[in-house]
Amino acid sequence: MDLKELYQDIILEHGKSPRNFGKCEKHTHQAKGYNPLCGDQVHIYLKLNDEKKVENLTFEGSGCAISIASTSIMTELVKGKNLNITKKIIEAFMNMIKNTDEIKSKELNDEQKTKIMSLSGVQQYPMRVKCATLAWHTLISALDGKEKTVNTEINES
Amino acid sequence: MDINNIKSQFPILSKMVNGKKLVYLDSSNSAQKPISVLKALDNFYKNEFSNIGRSIHALAVNATNKFEETRVNAKNFINANSKDEIIFTKNATEAINLVANTFGKQNIKKGDEIIITELEHHSNYVPWHYLRETYGAIIKFAPINDDGDIIISKFKDLITTKTKIIAVTHLSNVTGTIVPIKEIVEIARKKNIPVLVDGCQSAPHIKIDVKDLDCDFYVISCHKVYGPTGVGILYAKKKWLEKLPPYIGGGGMISEVKKDKITYAPLPEKYEAGTMPTAEVIAFNESIKFMESVGMENIMKHEQELTNYTLEKMKRINSVNIVGNPKNKAGVISFTIKGIHPHDISTIVDEEGVAIRAGHHCCQILHERLNLSATARASIGIYNNKEDIDILCDAIEKCRKVFELK
Repeated sequence: MDLKELYQDIILEHGKSPRNFGKCEKHTHQAKGYNPLCGDQVHIYLKLNDEKKVENLTFEGSGCAISIASTSIMTELVKGKNLNITKKIIEAFMNMIKNTDEIKSKELNDEQKTKIMSLSGVQQYPMRVKCATLAWHTLISALDGKEKTVNTEINES
Repeated sequence: MDINNIKSQFPILSKMVNGKKLVYLDSSNSAQKPISVLKALDNFYKNEFSNIGRSIHALAVNATNKFEETRVNAKNFINANSKDEIIFTKNATEAINLVANTFGKQNIKKGDEIIITELEHHSNYVPWHYLRETYGAIIKFAPINDDGDIIISKFKDLITTKTKIIAVTHLSNVTGTIVPIKEIVEIARKKNIPVLVDGCQSAPHIKIDVKDLDCDFYVISCHKVYGPTGVGILYAKKKWLEKLPPYIGGGGMISEVKKDKITYAPLPEKYEAGTMPTAEVIAFNESIKFMESVGMENIMKHEQELTNYTLEKMKRINSVNIVGNPKNKAGVISFTIKGIHPHDISTIVDEEGVAIRAGHHCCQILHERLNLSATARASIGIYNNKEDIDILCDAIEKCRKVFELK
């Protein structure tokens, strides 16, 4: 396995300069995620408007390049989408990371698919899958309105 | 000392990992095993297997004798007074739990104080936390300075008339700090406070003399001392083992069992309930013999030289920061690279066959104190040489390249 497949330019770039970093004003949902194995932490803030559209999605936290990039890419993809599409994007990502090299989603354009696919390299590194999925599990938790911190060692499904 | 000869005694070190020759730098986590230990495990199961201390047939007698032989050699290895002061446990964690549980039951009341340090591994904190939860004890943390040394004057200030026990590591598994145990025990002795020493990291690397240290309890993790997993050692002064209540109850630790009364076995069996990791304890004898064949003085000299070489070489790499700068440092080198998370470092060097650890190394208190969420750690064993360090440093350069650091 070539390391370049794991650390693609897009990952390194998002890892270095994450998008939507910070706390968002007047968020309606939020949740924290924690990976006790490596200490990665993420705090997701989400603002859902009356039309059930994700008006804003931001995060704070620290972690490895994979985890920061995955979170950053997630915020970019989900921001501006309505709730139903958001859930489909999450589902598509989770399936991609676990099962396949392809992403099947009508809601995403090619550029967006490419972005998600850039994270598929972690499939070859089982110990790193949790780095990539932490933010996504935390987003689900925020949408579900769960108070408890997502813990990769307890909640991983 | 011929390191190539030592390396050749460890079969795993000639294996390939990710297509590269394995460079094992995770010995603080667990050390690799020499062929003599592996052969002893194999031989016992193939030719000599029996449970110990129960049956009287030839196999059982032989197994019991061999098991006790390890106890005697372990006693000599750390210079204890008596073989009855050597208790085999599942691991060092269980050994600390044994002390915390039995000592706590007998001596800890609400408001009593336990002193540990900011350097401690979770296994020398969580068992004491149980006493905080159960009896309302107070845990005080002796602070460290930025170099990773315990500030002895501040440690002294923590001691009060309510201090019941002090638990401290001999060697930090993050900063490599060698803690001045003798000095700490002397301070504690004046106030009649018992001291437990977590010797997990020290036992493989420095000469342990419990008589000279004069500590009350000393725990060892055998798999870190080139031995099998599943075995820990609790050394305790006999007076404590006689005075404290038993820990786990069951077969082997009893003397007489009646419907209305049970009496317990004498030492050391009082603390060894149930079937023990027999093969592992017997094989651990070979680890001690291996250490003695190399010689503790030689081990210390070689590892000190290699540690200095590693530190000098790593400091020359741009953006590498070594965690801690203690007065006396063993071959535990934690580091960070500005701009690369330790987990990414670990994955990239692993591609080069280099096994290091990344994370908080079960020391969240220490990482918080040093304002770090995680570190990468290269830890040295007797089988490592300069070539291993050169490969590590080349792999670190590769991390910098992948992340396009200048």
